[in-house]
Amino acid sequence: MRLFLALCMLLYCTPLMAQTALPPAPYADKQLDDPALEKKASDLMLTIRCLTCQSQSIADSNASMASDLRSQIRERIAAGEEPEEIRAWLIARYGDWISYKPANDPILWPLWGLPVLLLIGGGLLVVGRIRRAKKRDA
Amino acid sequence: MKGRWVLWLPFAVFLIFAGLFAGGLFKPDDRVITSKLIGQPLPDFELPQGATDRPSLASAEFAKGKPRMLNIFASWCVPCAAESGHLITLAEAGVPIDGIAIRDARDDVDGFLKRWGNPYAHIGLDARSEVQLSLGSSGVPETFIVDGQGRIVHQHIGDIRADDVPELIAIWRKAQ
Repeated sequence: MRLFLALCMLLYCTPLMAQTALPPAPYADKQLDDPALEKKASDLMLTIRCLTCQSQSIADSNASMASDLRSQIRERIAAGEEPEEIRAWLIARYGDWISYKPANDPILWPLWGLPVLLLIGGGLLVVGRIRRAKKRDA
Repeated sequence: MKGRWVLWLPFAVFLIFAGLFAGGLFKPDDRVITSKLIGQPLPDFELPQGATDRPSLASAEFAKGKPRMLNIFASWCVPCAAESGHLITLAEAGVPIDGIAIRDARDDVDGFLKRWGNPYAHIGLDARSEVQLSLGSSGVPETFIVDGQGRIVHQHIGDIRADDVPELIAIWRKAQ
């Protein structure tokens, strides 16, 4: 029994050195009351990269900077700002790096165009093969 | 047969990609995200007082004709304590330094300054990282050099080490 209690207490050990002593910002982990606005905000959060835990979105991260940014995004959306305006604001400060949403810069056009080109090329190959096969059969 | 070389094309493409991926694997990892605001005006802000014996900080302080250093720090940040000695060296060399304490409380900042020294002329309190985010700063500590017109000319990411001090002074002098 004593061992069990000790184990339970181990489960409840708080870290000695927290990142910051302040409580999280008001809307860091609290949803907006309006479900439509909350959806706008959370959809944006899922595509904004966390600066501290660089492989996570700010929606997934517990880092204090990510929670501050979550709260800021919710408050700005509630104040009537559009998600893409906030994304542009962040990109102006941190570069494309901050956004998980694929951009359509001219440098990326080959990447977008390649599947189409491959499809056309493949289609031509298939058409050629079918024609040749028909000629052989005839 | 003509056109035989085409058969080698997929293999060649494979080799190109393999080379690219191998290059990516062995390239040193770079996690530093620099601010895109370098060369641009400092965003407007007005912060509450961060320490009891220093005035508060507003962006207007940086457009008064003399270049200043803006240090992003926090009392809970260990590398910030490590760089404080070098900030004091910079302040003694005549560089005016203002501080922004991130996610902090005034009592904690007071304690931090008492323990590690106070190189700051003004200290603002950014309790919810708002100014930090508007600066394009990605962590603590970070140091910006702002020229007399309020334009950001340099960003130093991470703690200032002894060998960074002469370079920072040179950049600050150049911004005059």
